[in-house]
Amino acid sequence: MVTRGFFGLKRPQPPRPIPPGQYWEQGFPVLTAGVTPRIDLKDWRFSISRDDQELATWTWDQMKALPQKDIKVDIHCVTKWSMLDSEWRGVAVDTFFEVAGIDPPEDYVMAYCYGGYTTNLPMEDLRDGKGFVAWEFNGDALEPQHGGPARLLVPHLYFWKSAKWIRGLRLMDGDAPGFWEQAGYHMRGDPLKEERYWGD
Amino acid sequence: MATPTKIAWQTATIERIVTETPSVKSFTFRLPEWRPFRAGQHFDVRLTALDGYRAQRSYSAASEPERAGLIELTIERMEGGEVSPYFHDVAMPGDRVELRGPIGGPFTWAGGMGGPLLLLGGGSGVVPLMSMLRHRAGSAPEIPAVLVHSARSLDEVIYRDELLRMQNANPTFKLIVTLTRSRPEGWTGPARRVDAAIVKDALTKAGTPRHVYCCGSDGFVENAANLLVAAGVDAATIRTERFGPTGA
Repeated sequence: MVTRGFFGLKRPQPPRPIPPGQYWEQGFPVLTAGVTPRIDLKDWRFSISRDDQELATWTWDQMKALPQKDIKVDIHCVTKWSMLDSEWRGVAVDTFFEVAGIDPPEDYVMAYCYGGYTTNLPMEDLRDGKGFVAWEFNGDALEPQHGGPARLLVPHLYFWKSAKWIRGLRLMDGDAPGFWEQAGYHMRGDPLKEERYWGD
Repeated sequence: MATPTKIAWQTATIERIVTETPSVKSFTFRLPEWRPFRAGQHFDVRLTALDGYRAQRSYSAASEPERAGLIELTIERMEGGEVSPYFHDVAMPGDRVELRGPIGGPFTWAGGMGGPLLLLGGGSGVVPLMSMLRHRAGSAPEIPAVLVHSARSLDEVIYRDELLRMQNANPTFKLIVTLTRSRPEGWTGPARRVDAAIVKDALTKAGTPRHVYCCGSDGFVENAANLLVAAGVDAATIRTERFGPTGA
C-alpha cells in the first residue's frame, strides 16, 4: 500500500543494499531489557553446558589464549537499524567445541547470560565460523552497555541473537524459546527473510 | 509461552492528531483487527513510497488497552528522520498507514501484577509509561505509583496536563517532574538530571517498588538504573527500554 505523501530516501543511503525494512545507522544504539550487569574479569566464565552441568568452562585468560579471529561484519537489529563494517575480535564458537573435545551434535543451543538473558539458536547458525564470542569492538574493549566483557556474535541473524554478557551455551534436544522469543520474536531471526516476529 | 500467532500488517486509519509539545504529537489509529495488548507494548509502522521504497519504525502505544479498537502512538519529530517527519508534517486524520502489533513482552505491566509501581521516563521515554498509568487509572487506581518525568523544559513535558489531573484525582499517584535545561520563573521542582536525591524522593513516595520501569535514551536509562540499584532497589525488579541516538 502506498502511503499518501511519503517519499522517503531522506536519510543517507548505505553504500550497499541492506536487508528489507532496515535503515543505515552510523552510531551504535543500545537496547537492553534490564540493568547493565557488571562482571569482573577475574570472575568471568564461559561454559558449554548440558542441563545444569558444565561440560567445559573457560576463564577470561583461558579464553584469550585460544586462537582469535578478526571479524568485519554488518549488524542488523530487529528494531530496524543496520550498522555496516563493524570490526570485532573474538573466538569462533567452533574453537570452544574443538578445544573441549565436545561434538556438537545437538540441534539447538540456548545462549545464557549474566543478568539472566537467554536466546535460542540452531547449532547450524553457530558452526563453521558463523558464531563467535567477541570482546573487542572497533579496536576497543567491548563496553558493558554493548555486552562487555564479552558477547555472542552471530552477525547473519538479527542482533538480539548476539547475546550480551554471554555466560555460556546450553546444549538442548529440540528448540525452546529464549527471552525475546517468548515475547513474540522469531525463533530464528534471519534478516534477509525479515524474520522479526512470530509467523514471519 | 503463549501460542505463536502471526503478527500481520493491517491498514490503520488515523482518527485524531493531538499536539503534545512543540516536537511531539499523538496519533490515534483505528485498527480493523485490533486485539488486546499490554501496557508498554509497541507497534511497527511501515510507510511505502510510490517507487516501492519502504521505511519501518517501532513506536510505543500511549493509550490504555481498555480503549478497544484504537491505539494511540506518540511520536517525537526527529530531525533528519524520514518516518517521524512524515507523521508530523504530512499525516492527516483519514490517512491510512500500515501497522502491526502489539509487540514486546518484558516491558509491560498489567494491574494484576500489583505494585507499588515506580516509573522513570526521559523525554519521549514517558510514552509506554503513560499507557501503564492510563491502564492503572482506569482499572487499578489503588496501586501506588510514582512517575519521575525528566524533560528539557516545561514546554517539553509530554502529557503534562493529563498527568497533573491524574495526580489531583488520585492521591496514590505521585508525579515528579525534573527539568534539565530551562525552568520557568518560580519553578520549585527539581531542575537537574535524575540523581540520587530524586531517586530517594521517588522511593520515599512510592514505598519499596515491586515493579520499576525505566525508559528513555541509553544515557538516561543507564544513569537511572544504576542510581536505583545503588539505592538498594532489587535489579531483578527493574525493566528498561532504551532508544538509540538517532532512530526515526
